[in-house]
Amino acid sequence: MTRSAQWLYGWLLLLPAMALLALFTHYPAVATLWHSFFSTPKGARPAVFVGLDNYRNLVEDPVFWQAFSNNLWFAAGTIPASIALALLMAVWVNGRIRGRGLLRLAYFTPTILPMIAVANIWLFFYTPEYGLLEQVTRSFGFGTHNWLGSQSTALACLMVVTVWKEAGFFMIFYLAALQSMSPHLAEAAAIEGASRWHFFRRVTFPLLMPTTLFVLVNAVINAFRLVDHVVVMTRGGPDNATSLLLYYIYEIGFRFWDSAYAAALTMVLLAILGLVALAQFAFLEKRTHYQ
Amino acid sequence: MSNGTQVYASRGATHALETAGAWVLGLLWMLPLVYAFWTAFHPAEFSTRFDLLAPLTLENFRRAWDAAPFARYFVNTVMLVTMVLAAQLVLVTLAAYAFARFEFPGRNLLFALVLVQLMVMPDVLIVENYRTMSALGLRDTILAIGLPYMASAFGIFLLRQTFKTVPRELDDAARVEGCGPVQVLWKVYVPLARPVYLAYALVSVSFHWNNFLWPLIVSNSVETRPLTVGLQVFSATDQGIDWSIITAATLLTTAPLLIAFLLFQKQFVQSFMRAGLK
Repeated sequence: MTRSAQWLYGWLLLLPAMALLALFTHYPAVATLWHSFFSTPKGARPAVFVGLDNYRNLVEDPVFWQAFSNNLWFAAGTIPASIALALLMAVWVNGRIRGRGLLRLAYFTPTILPMIAVANIWLFFYTPEYGLLEQVTRSFGFGTHNWLGSQSTALACLMVVTVWKEAGFFMIFYLAALQSMSPHLAEAAAIEGASRWHFFRRVTFPLLMPTTLFVLVNAVINAFRLVDHVVVMTRGGPDNATSLLLYYIYEIGFRFWDSAYAAALTMVLLAILGLVALAQFAFLEKRTHYQ
Repeated sequence: MSNGTQVYASRGATHALETAGAWVLGLLWMLPLVYAFWTAFHPAEFSTRFDLLAPLTLENFRRAWDAAPFARYFVNTVMLVTMVLAAQLVLVTLAAYAFARFEFPGRNLLFALVLVQLMVMPDVLIVENYRTMSALGLRDTILAIGLPYMASAFGIFLLRQTFKTVPRELDDAARVEGCGPVQVLWKVYVPLARPVYLAYALVSVSFHWNNFLWPLIVSNSVETRPLTVGLQVFSATDQGIDWSIITAATLLTTAPLLIAFLLFQKQFVQSFMRAGLK
């Protein structure tokens, strides 16, 4: 094939996908920045340039800061817990444990169910007085507690649901990595007299680093992307205790219809995701020496 | 599975302890689902009382089915999932082929632009995409729910990796026989990538069957709402506290996916693995 034919085919084959990507990923990302410098058009009043006003409002908005810190706590709580559990699950179901197939199924099932459906189930689980959680705690003699209705426990309840939903998903990737490891490593280590824990810490875990990185990036993105359970279980309440960034964007954009302020909020989210991407590239350089 | 687990398998007391731990965790993991099944299959008065002799009933399912247009929601979801998958398969195949086998200016830059979507998914750009859909006059259509996801960076990446492993000799042989580039794609690359297509299809279908926030925003009528949004509308309104009906509806809407998963467990798990390994 001639060079120009190569060019032409390449571009033509890419055209449909690139057009859609440009329209629904690149353009909206840039348009978000652009619109964040304007006011929200209201009725006959068109949008006017307001400079950094939306960002000034953002800095002075206590609800934004609350959603921001909630989201950081949410990430800090769910990411390490779901990754650690995923690793533990993978090691268990990779070993010779009785009922291994059933256990894999039990761990993985939450992954394929819609978040919205499992959130409904958990909502019932947490219901004051009637819910299973209350029944268990009361049978141990504790008083009744409104788990989702109190500011101190609501966010933790959402974290539990998220960890429950995600751990089995991440387990799959660890399981795949464990199964592709050479058995000679363990044999060699055993000859050297390494203990089981030592082998895990010095051989298995470092070899799983690329998987951990992949899972970590996914977990971070999910921590800022998934708010279905917030919509179903708490609607950001009580008193914004469970409002996460994307949920707050949804509220501002589609309940208060303040699209300019929502654009400024979206920029914060895009900045966070950008940082994640940069961190990933930085780590990618390092990780090559494991392979 | 002989991969070091033999040498370093736990033994004796440790093994018993670990088995117990794994099972406790497994039971905890199934508990919410078991609880939902209990509530859905028993009369309301047993929904929070556990009695092994409680009568079983399908009444909750019948009432849930009658209380909302779930049949229509099912049709909408199936239409959405099929449409998105069909479009994805075509677009992703063409783009991956271009990246894997053609030399053209701007290839690396364009590939980087594709990868942007791995980080900035359409889920995050709801405000601007809603504006676009309004401008296109597509608000409250099933097309609008699927459109932002049709060019999938994940799919392009996955398939490009696969196409790159196809031996050049096969490609050349087909060309010698007089196939054009598109015929080569169809006769050589696509058949060889079949397992990856299956993996991608399963991941895509379960993602779009479960997707919620964007459909919630852009759909606004019974004719367009997918199951997830329909379920939320149903349980958030006047159903209030009738948990038997809500759990029945919840199980109802997830049943096809759950049954498919139980039947094709191995394929599902392998597909998710394959999709993750890249």
